[in-house]
Amino acid sequence: MLSSSEKIGLVFFPAFDWAIEPTHPEREERLLYTQDQVFEEGLLDIEGIVEYKPLIASVEDIRRVHFCVPDELSVTTESHLISAGGAKKIALEVLERNISRGFALVRPPGHHAMRVVHGARGFCNINIEAIMIEYLRQAYGVDRVAIVDTDCHHGDGTQDIYWHDPDTLFISVHQDGRTLYPGTGFTSEYGGPNAAGATINLPLPPHTSEEGFLYVLENAILPILDEFKPELIVNSAGQDNHYSDPITDMHFSAHGYAELTSRLKPDIAVLEGGYSIESALPYMNVGIILALAGMDYSRISEPDYDPDMLRQGPEISRQIKEVVEESLKIWKQGPDMRRKNRREGKLFRRERHIFYDTDRIIEIQRETVRACPECGGMLAIDSQTDRGSRILAVHIPRKACAKCREAGYELYDSTGMEGYNQILLQDRTTDEYFSRK
Amino acid sequence: MIIGLDVGGTHTDAVLIGNGSILRQVKVATDHCNLFDCVLACLDKVTKDVAPEAIGRAVLSTTLTTNAIAEGKLDKIGVVVSAGPGIDPANFHIGDHYYCVSGSIDHRGREVQPLREREIEEIADIFLTQNIRRAAVISKFSIRNPEHELEMARILGRSCDVVVQGHRLSASLNFPRRIATAWLNAAVQPVHKLFFEAVRDSLKSKGFEIPIYVLKADGGTMSFEASIDAPEQTIFSGPAASVLGALPFASYERDTLVLDIGGTTTDIAVFVNRTPLLEPLGGEVAGRRTLIRALKTRSIALGGDSCVEVIDGDLRIGPHRHGPAMAYGGSFPTPTDALFVLGKALHGDADAARRGLRPVADQLETTLEETAQLVLDLSCGKIIRAAREMIEEINRKPVYTVKELLAGYKVEPSEIVVLGGPAPFLAPRIEKLTGIPTCAVPQWNVANAIGAAMAKNTSTVTLFADTERGLALAPEEEFSREVGKDFDRKTALSLACELLRAKCIKAGASESEIDLEVVEDNQFNMVRDFYTVGRNIRVQVQTRPGLISEYLDFTQSMFNCCVLPDTV
Repeated sequence: MLSSSEKIGLVFFPAFDWAIEPTHPEREERLLYTQDQVFEEGLLDIEGIVEYKPLIASVEDIRRVHFCVPDELSVTTESHLISAGGAKKIALEVLERNISRGFALVRPPGHHAMRVVHGARGFCNINIEAIMIEYLRQAYGVDRVAIVDTDCHHGDGTQDIYWHDPDTLFISVHQDGRTLYPGTGFTSEYGGPNAAGATINLPLPPHTSEEGFLYVLENAILPILDEFKPELIVNSAGQDNHYSDPITDMHFSAHGYAELTSRLKPDIAVLEGGYSIESALPYMNVGIILALAGMDYSRISEPDYDPDMLRQGPEISRQIKEVVEESLKIWKQGPDMRRKNRREGKLFRRERHIFYDTDRIIEIQRETVRACPECGGMLAIDSQTDRGSRILAVHIPRKACAKCREAGYELYDSTGMEGYNQILLQDRTTDEYFSRK
Repeated sequence: MIIGLDVGGTHTDAVLIGNGSILRQVKVATDHCNLFDCVLACLDKVTKDVAPEAIGRAVLSTTLTTNAIAEGKLDKIGVVVSAGPGIDPANFHIGDHYYCVSGSIDHRGREVQPLREREIEEIADIFLTQNIRRAAVISKFSIRNPEHELEMARILGRSCDVVVQGHRLSASLNFPRRIATAWLNAAVQPVHKLFFEAVRDSLKSKGFEIPIYVLKADGGTMSFEASIDAPEQTIFSGPAASVLGALPFASYERDTLVLDIGGTTTDIAVFVNRTPLLEPLGGEVAGRRTLIRALKTRSIALGGDSCVEVIDGDLRIGPHRHGPAMAYGGSFPTPTDALFVLGKALHGDADAARRGLRPVADQLETTLEETAQLVLDLSCGKIIRAAREMIEEINRKPVYTVKELLAGYKVEPSEIVVLGGPAPFLAPRIEKLTGIPTCAVPQWNVANAIGAAMAKNTSTVTLFADTERGLALAPEEEFSREVGKDFDRKTALSLACELLRAKCIKAGASESEIDLEVVEDNQFNMVRDFYTVGRNIRVQVQTRPGLISEYLDFTQSMFNCCVLPDTV
């Protein structure tokens, strides 16, 4: 019997009875051919590859990450809870050291879901990686985590959730926001004042191929990870960089994805997007599983794979080089920027419009963060939508100092209900969640 | 009247059943070197002075194919696989004549790379010069498109007498298992065919032209004629006969744990609602995972004859067996000896049993009776732990729909049925340790043969349809048909049921044995560029393992009044 060199875990949950809409890319059929390929290759019979049943994420798990309006169960379906629960299960098995790495092959995805959730954006309702990571921090005391988001779309939800957290490094490599949803993820987005440099965006030009992705990995992602020294590397493993993906324009391949996985060595990979359900996903997922298991993936390829046809031009290589240099510069400047910003008590504000493409909601946010030399800083979000709901959400970070914690409670207690439907408080120091209506 | 015969590791049992009772019971020592004479002697004895026309059927469960594999008494088999991209097929190497060739088919059954005829012709020549007359051909995704296997079989047919094709054996997706299964089929067929033809001819010469059925590893029967093409299904049918023998003592609407405590091993099985659970894909044979449908059983090396010893102050039982209990003339103490010490077992040398356990008691610094209790508690504890692990494993089986995950069905046995020699003595102990009502099967010594006699036919049909490709396929049945865009799940189901009915009848099932059950019933809309282009339909129907209904009602009473065994 074939055996793997690393013991790995898989949660495979194709949700064969769930779709956003019958012809939506996020539909029953999405992982059908992946299942066929994984079964036919006999991957689940390999000694050292264990398949687990997903858990179901709880409301408490969601409340560690999100402010859901009007509440958690109104903006999720069971399928979202299982998808997040699948990631949680894999993470738990890794932390218990029952497996050395794991892959949650689940749907629907989550990386476009931000801290405040009024509905679905980019097919995402709740952020499954963030729910998993905050669970690990709560249950296992994990501190420094790096998320490498390799979905073709900018992981704007995950970026938003960890924007102010200096202990979470978020690196997103994606198709340039000028050419693709959600239109963000430029190098100039590098994190909030208390966490400047802990968000690194690597926007790549359309038609970037295997060569370009691996260049970015070797020259930016791996060196930055090396310096950050995370306890855990999480890969948001979207698979829509594939040359056959119907909604993107990149030239990545199954072999390239396996190679990237094998070099990145994530502790946990979580499936995000990827909608070339017949021509790409079956082969990419087999490649990723073999790469995680430390097995030979050299013979994995798509039926129509032709590396010569996919080669990137010199102009693309040049642009990628520029992006890498720019991001390394930001990474190097991070500590300095943080030092300057984190002067006690100063308040930083930003205002944003957020569009929920899936649910067609427009949200306006006014965000205030307390500059703090000691912690991520108390965060307040005043959020209202074109549907007429308005909330004030107060977030006290996990390692909040006494002053930020106090400021958070004071804001929560002293703000009147006028104009607000709800006032919410997320205290990550005690893992508590409060609401007033 | 019907006949059941079960060849076990130590004994071969046969029963003659009729008029609601066991009319005859025969037990002989199994002669593995001459299985044929052993089976024939048993059949002669059980049919003595019986009018041939009064016998409806005979079901045989043998260790023939299992032993042939264990002893390596198999033909040379040439294996040719065509894999295409994926895991290197060299990893699935089986036998001494294994060849990988070009050609590839994708998950939807479309040809990606054609076969290269020359390659296969060259292999055919090699087989000819090496006198390899039997071959197996397997291609990846052949159950979605068998063309490459058919083509390979056609070319190899020039030099081989028999070419087994993977897609005919199972419609489950698993290329490595398909390779192992096809190889096993090709390898055990000659010995299987020879043996059963000889049995049939010998019975015929004595005037018994009765239908002969063979027991499969999934606890179902198939006619001898049907078994010629599926001999691999008989491998490891061993536990099936006993497990079926326990069936009359299980309740409907309950989960039942079945423990068959033998001399060397204990086999554990589970019934849900009086139906034995099956392995999801297939059983394991000689370290190879296969697509051979099999009862879900777990076997642990612990039985009545397991060796009892003290190592570093700890009491140990098994995994080894060094002959029978001392009470029966053996030279090492066993759990059976513990039963003698406690006066629970008779008809043996109780003094020898006490002599055997005395040193154990001395090392443990306790009394003989206390030691005997400890031995039995430890034995039961080990069996219960293994059963719990097995149930946990069953409950860990992943599900792929939101509905099933939320339903969260779990197997939780609320009764235990025990078979085997020490069963009546261990049952109360197991009940006490688990808190679950436990009963011992009376007349356990014939339960296996009764299980074989009354086993019903099992068959499965898997139908796959892809309306974009305009195709419906039931690979095992060699069935394919063009279908239109209107072909849907309902039509697929009724077609599958039709095919299954025909398959059951071909395998010798009577009308009452055909209780169809839907195992899988899935339809996916295939959407390309936001338009529905077709349906992908997957349907599986089966008949479950169980007992033939004519005898089911009075099986329990049959066990209660039973003739004593004749020995040959």
